[in-house]
Amino acid sequence: MAKVWVFAEVHNGKVDSTALEILTRARDLEGAEVEAVALGPGATDAVGPLGEHGAAVVYASDDEVFGDYVAQPATEALYQLVQEHSPELVLFAANYDSRDIAGRLSARTGSTLMSNVSAIHDLNTAQHAMFGGSTLVDVTLEGSPKLVLVRPKSFEASPSGGQAEVAKVDVAIGEELKKAKRLERHEEATTGPKLEEAPVVISGGRGLQDAGNFELLDQLASAIGNTAVGATRAVVDSGWVPYAMQIGQTGTTVKPNVYLAFGISGATQHIVGMKGAKKIVAINKDEEAPIFQIADLGIVGDALKLLPQLIEEVKSRKG
Amino acid sequence: MNIAVCVKHIPDPNLPGELDGERLKREGVQGVLDPGDEFGVEAGLQLKEAHGGEVTLVSMGPASALEAVRRGLSMGADKGVVVTDDALRGADALTTARVLAAAISKAGEFDLVIAGVESTDGYTGTMPSSLAEFLGLPQLTYVKSLEGAEGSIKVNRQTAEGYHVVESPLPALISVTAGVNEPRYASFKGIMAAKKKPVEQWSLTDLELSGEDVTVNQRVSGIGKAEERQAGEVVEDDGTGAARIADFLKEAKVI
Repeated sequence: MAKVWVFAEVHNGKVDSTALEILTRARDLEGAEVEAVALGPGATDAVGPLGEHGAAVVYASDDEVFGDYVAQPATEALYQLVQEHSPELVLFAANYDSRDIAGRLSARTGSTLMSNVSAIHDLNTAQHAMFGGSTLVDVTLEGSPKLVLVRPKSFEASPSGGQAEVAKVDVAIGEELKKAKRLERHEEATTGPKLEEAPVVISGGRGLQDAGNFELLDQLASAIGNTAVGATRAVVDSGWVPYAMQIGQTGTTVKPNVYLAFGISGATQHIVGMKGAKKIVAINKDEEAPIFQIADLGIVGDALKLLPQLIEEVKSRKG
Repeated sequence: MNIAVCVKHIPDPNLPGELDGERLKREGVQGVLDPGDEFGVEAGLQLKEAHGGEVTLVSMGPASALEAVRRGLSMGADKGVVVTDDALRGADALTTARVLAAAISKAGEFDLVIAGVESTDGYTGTMPSSLAEFLGLPQLTYVKSLEGAEGSIKVNRQTAEGYHVVESPLPALISVTAGVNEPRYASFKGIMAAKKKPVEQWSLTDLELSGEDVTVNQRVSGIGKAEERQAGEVVEDDGTGAARIADFLKEAKVI
């Protein structure tokens, strides 16, 4: 039996959903003894859900030091846990904090870190996608421990109803690791669902011509309801909208019920972040735009002309 | 403030990518300075303008990596270092970090190391963190905005829900997101001046690293095609486009 660990982030008292997705997959891996690690305020409260999704043991510490300082304290604690318990495989979600910690742990252990994994075949093999998701590459995992970063929404979380044993983590964190300090935490007031959770996502690309036209997407989102607005890397790089709205191979991955792409050509870098949507509608002036190859409904036309019309049509159907 | 900025020369992201056996083809393809790194170079230049000091560009890659460095020098950086070695072909993020750490340590004493959040071609996003660990530096990643001061740096760090304000004493490493600044264009004068700026070219031996230190540990066991989504209906908007979409949304039970 090999120990497979899932590093679980906890924010505002809630376990990150990707950790639960990964646990669901991990418990089906042959030969795996699944455990979890949770570091920072709320860790002990997370033991319940982690256990319910398959962790037999949760190494937990509520110490504020893990929340107060970026990456270094968590890396040290995780490294010491790894030394003590020798897991064969450690799985991380490809989230902001986890990527930082996984990257540092990779250097600390000398173990290569496999990123952007969207499938795990067995304890020795994982898969990631290249070229917008059209090419799948299987990689043999190596290193002690093997380190893997898993993209959110690669797996579906489902509880198995187990209970986890708590193993309290007690690691001394030296002053030299307390350098990058979090002074303030700001939550952007989003009206509406989070991008990665929204059942409907509407996105804009360069075809919207101007940053100001994103206002039309906001209006459409309000009209439809329960909808989040995203964007392509191109418009984020141009400064039209913040990085938080970026959907693509860098940025957020979304798997909504419906994805509407306005003025988006369908560059591979964007496609990989949204091709998992149940239904895709694309509007673009160019009939050759690659996005039409993956759209269930494609409209060749001017997004700017169509948007105001669509807002009206939606409003009238909703009554 | 002495600043080291990591830059990468990548295959032009606007061209379709190609595989060379099992690896992304890098040699003999049209390349550019990774757009993500332009933000890093700009951040370094702005800090230098505010606090004095020098900006050194550091890059690892085949001989063409020199072009990325020249581009950054044209923008205003002061000097460059390129590490090239056949043994580095196919290097993963960890190896890249190890090599860059050795190059940065050899190149001088730096108050700040800057990298982009993730490369446009590899997009692992983990190299900067591994680099920070090798250099023993605190890291402030996903930087949306920053303020440098004497001996410290304060940033707004992107998070899933918004941002955190993070501060650290120097020396430190930061990784910057797109939109942290607006990279300047290289002026003609800048391009000409770049030709005279010093660029060191090092191999693994110069860094006292052996082939074993940089053994690539990711073995590709298979490559295949993903199941493609089928294209659905594509129609011209003859004025009824909006209605068709609205009907589609209604059928999907979204409205």
